[in-house]
Amino acid sequence: MTSSTSGPKGKPIEARSQRSQWSDRSFTWLTRLMAFGVAAVLVFIGVQVAIDAMPAIRRYGLEFLVTSSWNPVDDAYGALPVIYGTLVSSFIALLLAVPIGVGTALFLSEDFLPRPVRTVLSFMVEMLAAIPSVVYGIWGIFVLIPFLGPIGDWLHQNLGWIPLFGTAYLGPGMLPAALVLTVMILPIITAIARDSLISLPPALRQAALGMGATRWTAIFRVLIPAAFSGIVGGIMLALGRAMGETMAVTMLIGNSNDLNISILAPANTVASLLANQFAEAGDLQIAALMYAGLVLFGLTLVVNILAEMIVQRVNVYK
Amino acid sequence: MEHTAQHTDVPALRDTETVIATEQLNVYYGDFLALRNVNMAIPERKVTALIGPSGCGKSTLIRCFNRLNDLIDSFHLDGRVTYYGQDLYQDVDAVQVRRRIGMVFQQPNPFPKSIYDNIAFGARATGLTTDLDELVERSLKRSALWEEVKDKLKTNGLSLSGGQQQRLCIARAISTEPDVVLMDEPCSSLDPLSTLKIESLIRELAEEYTIIIVTHNMQQAARMADYTAFFNAEATEDGKRSGYLVEFAPTRKIFDQPAQEATRNYVNGQFG
Repeated sequence: MTSSTSGPKGKPIEARSQRSQWSDRSFTWLTRLMAFGVAAVLVFIGVQVAIDAMPAIRRYGLEFLVTSSWNPVDDAYGALPVIYGTLVSSFIALLLAVPIGVGTALFLSEDFLPRPVRTVLSFMVEMLAAIPSVVYGIWGIFVLIPFLGPIGDWLHQNLGWIPLFGTAYLGPGMLPAALVLTVMILPIITAIARDSLISLPPALRQAALGMGATRWTAIFRVLIPAAFSGIVGGIMLALGRAMGETMAVTMLIGNSNDLNISILAPANTVASLLANQFAEAGDLQIAALMYAGLVLFGLTLVVNILAEMIVQRVNVYK
Repeated sequence: MEHTAQHTDVPALRDTETVIATEQLNVYYGDFLALRNVNMAIPERKVTALIGPSGCGKSTLIRCFNRLNDLIDSFHLDGRVTYYGQDLYQDVDAVQVRRRIGMVFQQPNPFPKSIYDNIAFGARATGLTTDLDELVERSLKRSALWEEVKDKLKTNGLSLSGGQQQRLCIARAISTEPDVVLMDEPCSSLDPLSTLKIESLIRELAEEYTIIIVTHNMQQAARMADYTAFFNAEATEDGKRSGYLVEFAPTRKIFDQPAQEATRNYVNGQFG
């Protein structure tokens, strides 16, 4: 801009140049295209999986969800054991990871430690997410499964009357898989819960403390409720991750298609069933696997939609 | 700002009992002296206003009264702050202090809970076993909000207007029956009508509570306060501002015949 010297008053204000308008419009279209592209990929995958699953859907219908044989020789397929295994392993993982993750997040968002130490700790928790899945699997096989041996035996011998511990500990099975899942989803829960806690306005804490609340009252009655939607959103994301996790679970769960309520027994999940059987599957078996994949797709979709709804619902600060 | 430390012209306030008093109070953040040598005695069941330019330590001072400065790591003080003669910084639980000395903040900060739960919070947090319905109604009536919200006690406190939120915060502060209510510029984010409502509410509350209010608005102090303390600030070498008490007297005296030149200039709008 030149400084106005001679009579700028009468000078008309220019319109925007054609070129700048054109580049604005093309940029808008470019981003629009990309956004729709992502949605299109999602729809495309869903449709493709559904089409490939069609033979199995026609043949088995909804019975597929409630029967438990998986026999390629007789072409008898039912996904109940793997659906059960997926839900139970994820549920156990959540049961353990939620208190640990939210507790860690609380600890890291309060001033119990000097800020540099907290930063390093948060970073390390988030680094857990950077460990490749297969490394978790290897660690599970060589460290966790042997370590759980005596614990599994003790559980079976002393609490064997509870169906959950009704079988002998054989190594690979529901328990080690669920424990590794716990560690794998911990960083998601911790990071999101911590972010929602530290993004709360400081005024909220001051208001609570100013009322004569103790630190614990402030945390449990004000801060956690205020961050609730964020925390739940993180938990749901973690659940989605746990249900879809393949490599580490496949290596640890024992891949048994028998439905067994004992968490010491081998089991299977949808994801590890797919990973194990794709290579040598025949026509109808592929369709059955696709069907199982579609079911998993549906489950994670429902979880993500639920997460989105909960996050939206009470987000008073956004 | 001719010379330093003329401070403390503490007037004779012996007609009423002193609630909170400071003696040679210096407040530091780390090495930085934020407020120095404050001596004042705040009388019971009166409105005391703290006025002065930005950075003069008014807010810092009232946060010493309910120990909210404890939240700041680098904060420390020397001298004494007493509450009915008891030193607030010697073997005293800050949580208990805040139950006696409530606070209303500059920005209305209701909890993201229902109106009802906002008021009931204090009683629940402190384990008071009273009739909560009655407590909520009484607190909202005293803060002149009852008529506006009595049909929607279950709605979120954050859905109210700014002025209503601030009255909700006042209701919340008095729900636990404190002796003192500190107010840190409670009207600065409100429109003139809400401000008037809150001012008249504060006048009424002064019949039961000791009110200490920080304000930037001199007319507000002149309208409401029984006593006024004028603080001033001076720049230190490193560009920060260090505050001190210039004069503390009955409001009329501060505005009509202040003892200090700086006070006269400030209330006449000549600086600040």
